[in-house]
Amino acid sequence: MSVAILRKGDYIIASIQSDLSDKEVLALRDDLIERVGRFRALGIVVDVAALDVIDSFIARALRSIALAARLRGARTVIVGIQPEVAVAMVRFRLNLEPLRTALDLDEALALLETWTERKPPDGR
Amino acid sequence: MEYLRAKRGELRDLWARRISEAQLLRVMTAEEIFSEVTAVYDNYVDALETGSIETLQAYARDLSERIIRRGVETHEVLGIVLLLRDVLGRSLLLNYERDRDLLQRILDAYEPAANRIAVTVGVSFVEERERVIREQQEAIRELSTPVLQVRDRLLILPIIGAVDSRRASQLMQQLLGAIQRNRARVVVIDITGVASVDVAVANHLVQTVEAARLMGASCVITGLSSRIAQTLVDLGVDLEMMNTVGDLQGGLEEAERLLEHRPAGGEATGHRVDM
Amino acid sequence: MEGEIHLSVETDADLVVARAEGRALAQRLGFRPPDPTLIATAISELARNLVVHVGHGEIIMRPLVDDRRYGVLVIVRDEGEGIPDVDAALGLGHASRGGLGLGLPGARRLMDEFEVESELGKGTTVTMRKWRVRDELELLREKRERRRSDPA
Repeated sequence: MSVAILRKGDYIIASIQSDLSDKEVLALRDDLIERVGRFRALGIVVDVAALDVIDSFIARALRSIALAARLRGARTVIVGIQPEVAVAMVRFRLNLEPLRTALDLDEALALLETWTERKPPDGR
Repeated sequence: MEYLRAKRGELRDLWARRISEAQLLRVMTAEEIFSEVTAVYDNYVDALETGSIETLQAYARDLSERIIRRGVETHEVLGIVLLLRDVLGRSLLLNYERDRDLLQRILDAYEPAANRIAVTVGVSFVEERERVIREQQEAIRELSTPVLQVRDRLLILPIIGAVDSRRASQLMQQLLGAIQRNRARVVVIDITGVASVDVAVANHLVQTVEAARLMGASCVITGLSSRIAQTLVDLGVDLEMMNTVGDLQGGLEEAERLLEHRPAGGEATGHRVDM
Repeated sequence: MEGEIHLSVETDADLVVARAEGRALAQRLGFRPPDPTLIATAISELARNLVVHVGHGEIIMRPLVDDRRYGVLVIVRDEGEGIPDVDAALGLGHASRGGLGLGLPGARRLMDEFEVESELGKGTTVTMRKWRVRDELELLREKRERRRSDPA
């Protein structure tokens, strides 16, 4: 499978395993949004370490994941952008605004923890 | 020529003896000297005979590459070649001294050829030495700006000296790689030691900061001279967006502050935009 | 030096191949990071234009050598409608912002040389190149290699 998706508490973690075709990217987006709704997730982490290229299409797709997730009450963090990919994005003038990024999964989860409003135990 | 070849063993050993007497090639063992001496002798005689120095040149470069790293000096190389010239010359003299005319002709042919060989070997050695030096300079340059891990999650990159576009590009890659390997959240880039930068280098600096942000790390620039600040402003860089601090000490304090205040970095614009 | 690579691009799966080939060619020619990624990203943008706007097209990649440098040449060609205003597509001129969504300005910033030729009704050809300078040490090693394999 080209993307491994798992749940960790209130968060959904999507780990991209290899270069994705455009169709696979869109399928991933739909899948993630569906899961956010189904599990009432509070956050999504998308690990893009396996992507050798992030171009305008991928950037748009990631942004639309974040937007759709936000509408359902979840925050999104992108992790694992490779050094050369980061350089390419900067030179291309691609940014992921207003998406947040983090270095790795631990950082992303920490970010989500401080970010997402945690309802008190009896509030859910 | 047949004479020189026939006498090969004897003359070669004589030469090797002369080399150790002259205390040359001390860094090499007797076996090494022996094997090199044999090859050089054969190449030398071939060159004398054919008048072609290409093979000798190639051999000389190859030999030089090997011995330079061992610490053999230029005077040693020239020394041993001249010793060989003497050994062969003297041997020819002794062998043909009965026939003055023949000796004359032999020496007329031998002397310029032998000198040419000496020059060729010497020059090849020196050129090879220069190349090794340049290679080492490049390696030093790459190593000379190490990215230092000060403590967990914090890196410092002190940049010293002249920075050209190529070095800036190298530094950028090195830093971003270090961020990934060390899981750094904050990087302090200290450019106190850099007098000025041109537009290309300034661009690389800005790109480095932005790329680091995309990777989830924030940068603090310290030691920004007014000259470099002006270059950045001229480039259209908004210095407000870059986190700059006067000196390294202040930069480290700012870095600590950033590390305390989770979460660090990751903001595309430097301020959070609520989605 | 190996020859050129010729790709036909029609589906988004072809984009994956194009990216990989571009990156691999650059790496074989000794380009250091981030250059292979820059080249692959530029190819990705342009190749997608082919698929999205025209339906199909071709990509040609070729290694380049001169006495000082190695390079990669990439030609992205289609027989579509053509681009009416190339300058606007390249993000030049005040009227245009963002290059009409064709990603050309961005791709241009990733490469060293970038040319667009377009004829309405005939098609578009984008030619781009990226170079790397062979340093003295490399030139030397090459000379030595040649001498070793050809001692005459």
